Parts: sequence; structure tokens; C-alpha cells
Amino acid sequence: MRLAGLYMLAALFVLLGLIFPDSYYVTVVGVTVCTNAVLAISLNLLMGYAGQISLGHAAFFGLGAYASAILTTRYGLNPWLAMLAGLGISGTVAFVLARPILKLKGHYLAMATLGMGIIIHIFFVQADWLTGGPDGLSGIPEISIAGWPINTDLRWYWVFGTLMLFSTWVSLNIVDSRPGRALAAVHGSEVAAQMTGVDTASVKAQIFVVSALLASVAGSLFAHQQAFVSPESFSFFFSIELVTMVVLGGLASTFGALFGAVLLSILPEFLLVFEDFEVLIYGAILMIIMIFLPDGLFVSGSRFVTQLLRKRDAGR
Amino acid sequence: MQGGDNMALLTVTGLEKRFGGVTAIAGLDFQVEPEIVFAIIGPNGAGKTTLFNLLTSIYEPTAGTVTFDGHELTRLKPYQIARLGVTRTFQNLQVFLNMTVIENVMVGCHLRSRCGIVEAALRLPSVLREEKKVREMAMEALEFCGLEDIANRDASSLPYGMLKKLEVARALAAKPRMLLMDEPAAGLNDTETMVMSNLIRDIRGSGITVLLVEHNMGLVMEVSDRVLVLNYGELLSQGTPQEVQCDPRVIAAYLGE
Repeated sequence: MRLAGLYMLAALFVLLGLIFPDSYYVTVVGVTVCTNAVLAISLNLLMGYAGQISLGHAAFFGLGAYASAILTTRYGLNPWLAMLAGLGISGTVAFVLARPILKLKGHYLAMATLGMGIIIHIFFVQADWLTGGPDGLSGIPEISIAGWPINTDLRWYWVFGTLMLFSTWVSLNIVDSRPGRALAAVHGSEVAAQMTGVDTASVKAQIFVVSALLASVAGSLFAHQQAFVSPESFSFFFSIELVTMVVLGGLASTFGALFGAVLLSILPEFLLVFEDFEVLIYGAILMIIMIFLPDGLFVSGSRFVTQLLRKRDAGR
Repeated sequence: MQGGDNMALLTVTGLEKRFGGVTAIAGLDFQVEPEIVFAIIGPNGAGKTTLFNLLTSIYEPTAGTVTFDGHELTRLKPYQIARLGVTRTFQNLQVFLNMTVIENVMVGCHLRSRCGIVEAALRLPSVLREEKKVREMAMEALEFCGLEDIANRDASSLPYGMLKKLEVARALAAKPRMLLMDEPAAGLNDTETMVMSNLIRDIRGSGITVLLVEHNMGLVMEVSDRVLVLNYGELLSQGTPQEVQCDPRVIAAYLGE
């Protein structure tokens, strides 16, 4: 049952949408959760499985969003074509940068991806003739799928949820395949991976592009859903938040990344009651989890459950 | 077979490697015939592992050439050398501890399968067929090394002796023509060493040329067809195990005069 987790996730997602179609938490927060989940899952392919950190993942989310925003508002392009153009731009940027950047390791790789994210962010802020500068771009048209306009929170919930399920499926597929094993091999021992014939530079570049493409689609949809984009949504801080989601849920686990995204997306909603102390408590929670569960909440949790089950079986 | 008029599978000519002022390999020439076990021995620091790293392009030589079956190896990347049919095991284990046993060996099948990332992401029917085939190939390699019963265990949970065998299984899954084994018996007990020695003989029996670096002289003398002795990066002696054992220079290097 390779996809059992995915089916459970799909069932949960559909049930929530059917039972609580008017709930703010399901539709509005749900869209944020799904967006972050797509980004965390795509980042996890690079970070968790291939072991290559990226502190600039929000940049690809931003490239997708701005491509859609600019091409639809300034040039009146069809939103779907704009999304494709966004994919082309993000994919090209990722492809061109992948080889020189992913040659680096450890802190140097972190610095290079950080720089990449910051430079693209600066471009969004400074190129105001194109991006509208710090004020951003508004009036991004709504989209429709087969004549069905996506103009309510609930409809967006279905759209983003579908993308989230698709990303989960893609991630599970890649992990359990020849390229996925090659990536895990790069993580395990790069020299041994090379000696089994894995072109490590090439597989790293490929996963960098795949992860950028998923982020770009999420960005394009995000632009249409918000009807507005501004640089602050794609800043360095958001990249760090994405890294936190992946690490918090548990590296090298698709559902771990998903879980981390869900948790960090809804946690702020619950912490609102603490008002000024929100950030403080948020930080404390992260610290406690990382100190006591360094493998991440989801990974440690599922290991705990497996052990319990095994013990119960042994007791019989 | 390519490679001129001699029958050598591997030809090393004038190979030299300096690290700053230290000469690790000093002008080495030798040839390895196909389908034999060729051992490289020598005191600690003689340059044995450096030689392996040169043969697999993990290091770039300061001078000299390495020719495998008519192909010049020194300009190639390690994964390109693997494509020509040369693979290796490592002195300090390089098992993928983040995977299960069979997944480790399935990585070994990388060159015998084709599936790319787009097919994999969308899990096209061709992927399913290939996955099944790769699993069978991996299982075959595990059976060859006697690891079939632990195929689904996490590599990180295995004892040292098993990890050593797992590295061999992973290398064999690539169906190499030449296998470089760096101290396969280091850290093994007597029983495990005997199993490893049989395994090396089986590998040779299946038509694979074995280059062996090993400190356990009992094992070396038992399984090798040819032995090369290195000392301070230079060739000290070469011949059959008996010839080398009787060479006074070898005895002097090992025991000190």
C-alpha cells in the first residue's frame, strides 16, 4: 500500500470541504495550509531526500506569482498561458543556477541559495516598471477551470487542495524510483553514489528544477487567489519558514513536510489570543520540538506508534 | 578486445601522485590481466588506497595514465568510469545508511536501468515494469552475497560484517567488469573472513576481474593470482603469491632489516 497515506489525506481533504464548506478555518486557512504544503513538499525533495539545503525556495514561489501577475495584468495574457510562462521562467532560472550552486556543500550552499533568494527578492522590489515595486501589483484577474470561475473561498480550497494532493503524489512517486534512490544515495554518500554510476551533479540539478516548478505553480495560483502580489510574500523570512516546516515535520518524509506545513500554518491562528507574545511562544514551541524531537514531529511520532504496535504484537 | 597487442584489461603507466611535497605514488607501471584476482599489498602508508582513488578518478594524478579496456580513465569522472564497468568498495564503509538493504543494492542497478525523473514523477507504466526488474536484479546480487534474508532491514541496523558484504552486493549489482575491493576483510572475525574469501573467489568465478587491497596476508595468499607490493608509493615486487612471499625485499619492507 504505497499510496495509503495519500488516499487517507485525500479522503480527509474532501470530507473537510464537504462538511465545513462555510468554515473560515477550512476554506481560508485551508488554502494557506495547502499552499505551504506544496512548497514544503517540493523543498523537502531537495532538502530532505537529496540533502541539499535551500534558503531561497520562496524565490521560485515568487517567480511563478510575478510571472502570472505581470503577464495577465500588463499584457492581458490568458492565466493558464501565464502560468506556463511562469513555469518556463522558474524552470530556466533553476536550471541555469543549479550546476554552479549545487556544486557547493554545507554552509556554502546555504549562503549561495540565500543569496539567490535575496537577489530575486530585490529584483521584485526594485524593478518597479515591471513588478510595481514595493507596492506590488493588483487587479490580477480570476481564473476559471472549464467555465467554472474560481471566485469563492471554497472553490479555491478545492483548487489548492488538488495541487497539494498532486504534489504529494509526485513526491511519493519520485522517492520510490530510480532517480529518487539516486538522490538518497547522494545524501548518503556522494562518492559511493558516483561509483555506482550516478551523475550526482545532474540528479541534483534535476531535483532542483522539479522543486522549483512545483513552487512556481503554487505561486501562479497564489497570485490569482490573492488578486494581488507584493515582494514581502516572497522574502527571505518566508524561505526560512519553509525550511522550518520541513525540519519540524521531519526531513526525508513527504508526510513529515506536509505535517510541518499544516502545523506552522495553523499555529499562528491559535496563538492570536496571546497577542504580543505570539512570536515568543511560537519560537519557544519550535525550540522545544527541536531539542526533544530532532528528527521532527511526524517522523518521531510515527516511529513511536510503530514501536507501540510492535510491542503490542509481541505481547500477544 | 581493445588495448593493442597485449591482453591486459588495465594498464597503468608512469602513474604519479603528489600531495604538496609528499609523494604518495611515485611513477608506477603495471598491468592487470582479465579475470584474475590481483592483490596490492604493502605496509601502512604505502599508497594502496591512494592508488584506488587514482584508478577511480576520485583523485587526479600528477602524471601518468590509466587505461581500462582501451579507454583512458584519468580524464573521466567517477560515474563515467563506473559506466565503463569499473566499480569499487571502500575501506571506510560508504553504505547508504539512510536506506534499506535492498534499496542500497537497487542503487547499484542504476546503470542497468533507464527511468528518468519525469517518468518517475508521473509513475508511467514503464516505471512499474522497470522497478520490478530492478528489484529482481538487486535480489540476485543479495543472494550472491548471502544477504537475501535481510533485504528489507534498514542498513543502519546491520552489524559491521554485514555492511561489508552489503557494499560488495551493491557493487556487484552494477554487473562490473572490474571490481576494486579496499580492505574487504578489515575488522572481520575469522569466520567472516572465510566467507569473504569464498565470496571473492565466487566473484572471480563469475568472470569479474578483482583488484584487492588487503592487510590480511592469509586471505591475500589464498585468493590472489598475482600480487603487487607497494612501498612508499613505489613498486617493490610483483609476481605470484609464492614469488612475492620469498622476495627478500618484501620481507625486509615488512619486517624491517
